[in-house]
Amino acid sequence: MIFNKEIECLDVEALAQLQSERLCRLVDDFNQKSPVYRQKLQDAGVASGDIRTIKDIRKLPFTIKEDLRDNYPFGIFSAPMKDVREIHVSSGTTGNPTVVGYTQEDIDLWADVIARSLCCAGAMPGDMIQIAYGYGLFTGGLGLHYGSLRLGLTVIPCSSGQTKRQLKIMQDFKPRILACTPSYALYMAEAAREAGMDPRETSLQIGIFGAEPWSVAMRREIEKSWGISAIDIYGLSEIIGPGVACECGHKDGLHIYSDVFYPEVIDPVTHKPVDPGQRGELVITSLTKIGMPLLRYRTRDIVTINHETCACGRTSPRISKVLGRTDDMIVVRGINVFPTQIEEVLLKIEGTQPHYQIIVSREKGLDVLEVLVELQESFFSDEVKRLQEFEVRVAKEIEAVLSIGVKVRLVEPKTIERSEGKAKRIIDKRSL
Amino acid sequence: MKITQISVFLENKEGRLHDAVKTLSDKGINIRTLTIAESKDFGVLRIIVDRPEEAKEALVAHGFVARITEIVAVEVDDRPGGLARLLQVLQEHRINIEYMYAFTEKRADKGIMVFRFDDADAAIAALKSHSIGVVGQKDVVNL
Repeated sequence: MIFNKEIECLDVEALAQLQSERLCRLVDDFNQKSPVYRQKLQDAGVASGDIRTIKDIRKLPFTIKEDLRDNYPFGIFSAPMKDVREIHVSSGTTGNPTVVGYTQEDIDLWADVIARSLCCAGAMPGDMIQIAYGYGLFTGGLGLHYGSLRLGLTVIPCSSGQTKRQLKIMQDFKPRILACTPSYALYMAEAAREAGMDPRETSLQIGIFGAEPWSVAMRREIEKSWGISAIDIYGLSEIIGPGVACECGHKDGLHIYSDVFYPEVIDPVTHKPVDPGQRGELVITSLTKIGMPLLRYRTRDIVTINHETCACGRTSPRISKVLGRTDDMIVVRGINVFPTQIEEVLLKIEGTQPHYQIIVSREKGLDVLEVLVELQESFFSDEVKRLQEFEVRVAKEIEAVLSIGVKVRLVEPKTIERSEGKAKRIIDKRSL
Repeated sequence: MKITQISVFLENKEGRLHDAVKTLSDKGINIRTLTIAESKDFGVLRIIVDRPEEAKEALVAHGFVARITEIVAVEVDDRPGGLARLLQVLQEHRINIEYMYAFTEKRADKGIMVFRFDDADAAIAALKSHSIGVVGQKDVVNL
């Protein structure tokens, strides 16, 4: 089912017309309501009348995370505080956290795009959903909650953590849909097996996973563990939270709701648009938000974009899964390394679950990459040479992908830190 | 005539061998003999115990990766040339030894060595054809 067929299947030219109108109105609104953006537009030399169609968006200045932090807490809001109904905060590693504000219109928009996403994933009104994203300042829990209500689902607002209780609720209430981070989905499956439960025997049919990058191979692992269809949902709190884009059943890219979140994919260094299919940084303009619309926000997520109409009939462009982060990406001996590349290799080798950690250090001025892999009974041998062969094989396959040498070290199970939220995959010990 | 060995993966970290052995002693499991094969970062502990199934279960419950391997225990004459004769038989039959180690106890004038062969059944047949004693699980446990 397509939640908003009129918009989601809108003819491409009509869609561009709608985007153009919305962009013009957004720029006018910025000039009237946002001192921060008025200044930014002035600095960029953009005069009223310069922006006529969506293609003119390239004349407009970017917004970066620092713009939000510099105007902490509410300085970047376009709406007066009395109209802001809800505030969310994402933690930062340095300095001020990132604060986002929603008016009632924005919350309605959020519910709408999540409802579109749930339908993309295969949800139907009347289904039961277990939401195991954190509720609170994090956008995951409440975003899924509003959208589920909009679509007409029965919501179990579990929030994250308390895994045993989640599993009991799942067994007793029999939800059809689970929403959480992909690493928590794997963690739950493992906890289920430990508790003597077979995750494949549960009532779950659909999983909606997001808030952290995950590979196609990790999808297979989750789908196999739970016996479900695992759908990738994308979002970031600066734009709205989850619900910016979501896969449909074809799983051939994530439909980005470009009538409201206009995407560009650019080279992060030259700022020029990359060709469809090429990796670049995703930049999003929230065309219709009232509380805190952003102009050309640099997401730092690396994706590719596909403008062809999907087999499902939706006309919006599709972005790939997040292939890395411009800032999480580690540069080892001059080569860009994304954790997902290593994850793909590990999963390709039979019997390996993605419990791994990448340690980067520097020995005598040279970067050294070490990958810790948790041993599993399926590839344990009483012969040391077989274990060493396994290490060498994994190292060679990683080297084939990255073109740099790595050392692979087997470690005992459960010794790599598991998180109930985002997985910590990289430890960079270099003092750069 | 094969006997059961438990192989346990041990990271090269302080106290892991003790943890493994303590797990067995807490269950009242007796170790008959053991050996450790090591690489730079990890070791594989190989043990022969009186109650192997229980031992494996206890180790896995404590988070170890452990598996059961079938090996062959062979009587070796405790005199010069005893082992040489045994190895010659194996060589003649082109049987490959992955690794071997010994029991500390003796049976009369014979020592007992355990072998991990690439083909245990062929090894047993070869040894028997030369009247070399192969020791069963019960005998090993009751040494």
